[in-house]
Amino acid sequence: MKHVDEYRDRELVKSLAFRLADQVKRPLRFMEVCGTHTMNIFRFGLRSLFPADLEVVSGPGCPVCVTDSADIDVCIAAAENENVVIATFGDLVRVPGSRGSLAESRARGARVEIVYSPIDALELARAHEDKLVVFVGIGFETTVPTVAAAVAQAARLRMDNFCVLSLHKVMPPVFARLLAGNHQLDGLLCPGHVATIVGRRAFEPLALDYGLPCVIGGFEPVDIMQALVQLAELAARREAKVVNAYPRAVAEDGNSSAWRLVTDIFQPVDAQWRGLGTIKSSGLAIRDVYAAFDARRRLDFETETPAPPSTGCRCGDVICGRCRPVDCGHFGGSCTPGHPLGPCMVSSEGSCAAFYRYGEH
Amino acid sequence: MENKKDCVTLDHGSGGLAARELVQEVFLSRLNNSRLAPLEDSAVLPVANGRLAFTTDSYVVDPLFFPGGDIGALAVNGTVNDLAMRGAVPLALSLGLIIEEGLPLEVLERVVDSIAAAAETAGVDVVTGDTKVVHRGAADKLFINTSGIGSIVEGVEISPGQVRPGDGIILSGTMADHGITVLAEREDLGFGGQLRSDTFALNHVVAALVEHFPGGIHALRDPTRGGVATTLCEIAVVSGSSMEIWEERVPLNRPVAVACEILGIDPFFLANEGKCLLFVDPAVEGEILKALHRHPGGKQASLIGRVTDGEAGRVVLHTAVAGQRLMTPLTGDPLPRIC
Repeated sequence: MKHVDEYRDRELVKSLAFRLADQVKRPLRFMEVCGTHTMNIFRFGLRSLFPADLEVVSGPGCPVCVTDSADIDVCIAAAENENVVIATFGDLVRVPGSRGSLAESRARGARVEIVYSPIDALELARAHEDKLVVFVGIGFETTVPTVAAAVAQAARLRMDNFCVLSLHKVMPPVFARLLAGNHQLDGLLCPGHVATIVGRRAFEPLALDYGLPCVIGGFEPVDIMQALVQLAELAARREAKVVNAYPRAVAEDGNSSAWRLVTDIFQPVDAQWRGLGTIKSSGLAIRDVYAAFDARRRLDFETETPAPPSTGCRCGDVICGRCRPVDCGHFGGSCTPGHPLGPCMVSSEGSCAAFYRYGEH
Repeated sequence: MENKKDCVTLDHGSGGLAARELVQEVFLSRLNNSRLAPLEDSAVLPVANGRLAFTTDSYVVDPLFFPGGDIGALAVNGTVNDLAMRGAVPLALSLGLIIEEGLPLEVLERVVDSIAAAAETAGVDVVTGDTKVVHRGAADKLFINTSGIGSIVEGVEISPGQVRPGDGIILSGTMADHGITVLAEREDLGFGGQLRSDTFALNHVVAALVEHFPGGIHALRDPTRGGVATTLCEIAVVSGSSMEIWEERVPLNRPVAVACEILGIDPFFLANEGKCLLFVDPAVEGEILKALHRHPGGKQASLIGRVTDGEAGRVVLHTAVAGQRLMTPLTGDPLPRIC
């Protein structure tokens, strides 16, 4: 595959592994903050190439994993409305809330359709004019522009049966929350997809305010290994700055036209993160001028949400890097991808699913 | 002809005149053979010496037709392959259909045409059958069950229990073609018609190998649902062995690789319907590979790994970028109704 094969070059990966081993002279702990990094590190077997002194933990980079169970309950409340068709990405349907999952609602008769893009949800709305299609907007800076584009298009076409239930989140506030505590991190592998939209410069406060080496990395094996080598070099020098190791996709200021579209349609709002609680201005809500496309204003939700049953699931700790999936008592026993207790086991990008699927147990 | 209905109705499943017409016009005209033709309550087969293999499978694939095949071809090839995986020569198939009322007759005829063609290619007759028609909504278009009986030649002992450390692991061709094709077709993902199901009857190639390499083939398994990864893990557990697999040796069609990449799906978990994994005596693995390469069912066969005497059930994948990780069976089902 053009533009893929060259980043999967076996010899290059091996030489980067040697360079990485060379750079890691003391125990180092890095965090990656993107579900695609999590999966690809496992899928390509890169962990077997890391030096023993390097630990790479997964942060809150999987959008499904950070979705709070109260938000799943809101999705279910929407799905139970008989005029509603829920359109969502596949992973979300199996995430348990406090009273079941969307998959269970579907089994009981709710209309829940899996789509591959928000534009598919628009098509669904066109095909079901007598129904209200509610697209569950989930994802970080990377995903929001396509959802914003769908809302803009729906507005242009004056569609009145399409709206978005925004669970979107942005990254900088959660980084700030994580790093303000005792994080014990020596470096941050920054998410290349998010950086494509927000630009290298957006990560600078992390390096400056928290004294943390940061490298923006791509997602192919060569990209990941190269970013880790650069991160190890920075960590060795204890140099807190942001290096862009993914320049073929990431510009200094990102994709400003995409982000302009996002800010036209969405505004910052406080959001709930699983395991982290409420984080100020870390979510995105639809602006008043587009209220007609905001599911929260189109549908009457019960605002009261019962506390989720205590299962002992440690997804909240896992996504903060406070424990490894295998440290959770449920992992691999009462919690498997077939019967997940928490979102980190549901999402194909969750670190519990990655640990399970690729055999680290 | 002018009175002929253009779709299947509940009448067709009533056992009355319409049912008889359906059997005559749709089934017997296409599947005719001396054992099916009398339409008795059961077909009578001669009893062979030695051992029989007996298998059954149901087919509920959605959509019914997809590039490279359809539910009919799948129903014949899948059951024939299950027999072949024990080294059995297929003797006869049964065919049971559950039809949702309203299915266009033209669709049923196309499926039965395909069943007839696949059975002819595999060299096996459908000798008994049954048709039921259910109310609209009680089934989705068409479900098929086929059972198969095969005979196993004296001395042939092919089963995962025969797998030994040192055995070569051969995959008979590219992986993931069927699973990705059905997914792309069902979701209308538009990969430009480059994907094709690999549905194929493996009995001829297996029979040739069994004849030429007596004792050389220890186990066979077709990696259908759950894909190559799940099948390898199952055999590693059953045989109490460990395995090493080299990713760069696993054949994968380029359009399949691209589609999996775009969709974020691991091709090791996707279904195959015309491929088998062979666990073979290392002394003859080179010759078995050569024999496979000469056969239409094995042109792209590749030695993808080896059985080792490590921890039972442990399958290690050496990735194309020189890393390694464990392979695990598929859990959950991301792609329901693919066969």
